[in-house]
Amino acid sequence: MQHLDGNALAGALAEFFSFDVTTAIARCNGCGAVDEFARAIVFTSPAGTVVRCNSCDHVLATLVESGDRAWLGFSGVSAIEVRRG
Amino acid sequence: MIGRPSVPRSGWHPATVVANTPETTTAARLELDVEGWPGNAAGQHLDVRLTAPDGYTATRSYSIASAGPATGDTTRVVLAVDRVPDGEVSPFLVDVARAGDRFEVHGPLGAFFVWQPAAAAVSGGAEVTGGADVAGGPTGGADVAARPVAEATRPVQLIAGGSGVVPFVAMAQAHADADDATPFRLLYSVRTPADVFFAPEFERLVAASAPFRLDLVYTREAPAGWPTAPARITREALAEAVLPASETPLVYVCGSTGFVERVASWLIELGHDARAIRTERFGGT
Ligand SMILES: Cc1cc2nc3c(=O)[nH]c(=O)nc-3n(C[C@H](O)[C@H](O)[C@H](O)COP(=O)(O)OP(=O)(O)OC[C@H]3O[C@@H](n4cnc5c(N)ncnc54)[C@H](O)[C@@H]3O)c2cc1C
Ligand SMILES: [Zn+2]
Repeated sequence: MQHLDGNALAGALAEFFSFDVTTAIARCNGCGAVDEFARAIVFTSPAGTVVRCNSCDHVLATLVESGDRAWLGFSGVSAIEVRRG
Repeated sequence: MIGRPSVPRSGWHPATVVANTPETTTAARLELDVEGWPGNAAGQHLDVRLTAPDGYTATRSYSIASAGPATGDTTRVVLAVDRVPDGEVSPFLVDVARAGDRFEVHGPLGAFFVWQPAAAAVSGGAEVTGGADVAGGPTGGADVAARPVAEATRPVQLIAGGSGVVPFVAMAQAHADADDATPFRLLYSVRTPADVFFAPEFERLVAASAPFRLDLVYTREAPAGWPTAPARITREALAEAVLPASETPLVYVCGSTGFVERVASWLIELGHDARAIRTERFGGT
């Protein structure tokens, strides 16, 4: 399974959000680390994408795409901070 | 701490191949004309979506080699794609795509792996501050405006493996275009002299008046008379060729996942602050 950074998800996440989420700051449920989404580690496989905390490996988010539908889960994130502008 | 430039809103755009020329023995430079391209900041990427006649689609990310103010006054976008031998998308882009071919691109994408000259950073709109207290409500305050300026004047160390140099040609071009005084240094690891991407561009950038230094590391074959034998980069070679942690550089690392992880862990061991290191993993090993 190859892995990438959170910034590689900018395109996929633009389908869910109207702004660049990769520079938003997320807090990990597992260890409390607060970091930019772009710094998370992204595992891609044909079954879907798993985003893990780069401090503790906890699963922050999952993305599954199939045909004309996509599902985004943010189960491992307790808060997200974005800058408007 | 981490100032973010304001970047154009992303979207899907029809792209037409204007030219496909060999870049290295395994890579091609693709010049695209992208309808409605809003411009891009140096270091951003886009997603290419290919659609087969039966509707099957494949999407891959590619860094943007062309820089320029994100004003949307040009629809020209340059990519450089390295062929992954049994890949699905890269062999098509390198070997098959011809002038006149059309596909879709989504971009510009990502405000994280971006560098902007001081002038642009000062006037930049949206800023995100790193290390903020998410639960504690709004961050920043009075010092937010000063941060991008401080960041924009920090020296910059770029470290690339192979095609990982693509976003850096855009950053170095933006630096030269602005005649920005920030010290810039690029450590570039390639297999052989024939594998150097953007060789004429880098020659011009080194000669330009903005301070830019290029250090090449050859891993398989060096040019005649090169002072060091070809070898994979080591922690010691890295320590010698990059700005020291004491100069608090911003460090950008880009290339295959294995290269990026090796280099990033050495940088931490050499005393660089993890928050000053930005990585872009291209995948593979
Ligand atoms: C943000 C971002 C920017 C990128 N920018 C560029 C760029 O400017 N130029 C460029 O050439 N590539 C770039 N890439 C890599 C690119 O997106 C593709 O992964 C690459 O072109 C391979 O795609 P493929 O469809 O040919 O191979 P696939 O069919 O996806 O993969 C085939 C096999 O190759 C392996 N593989 C996948 N990617 C790579 C890789 N990068 N290196 C080695 N092996 C790999 C896979 O694990 C698999 O075993 C970038 C990636 C990201 C995330
Ligand atoms: Zn964590």
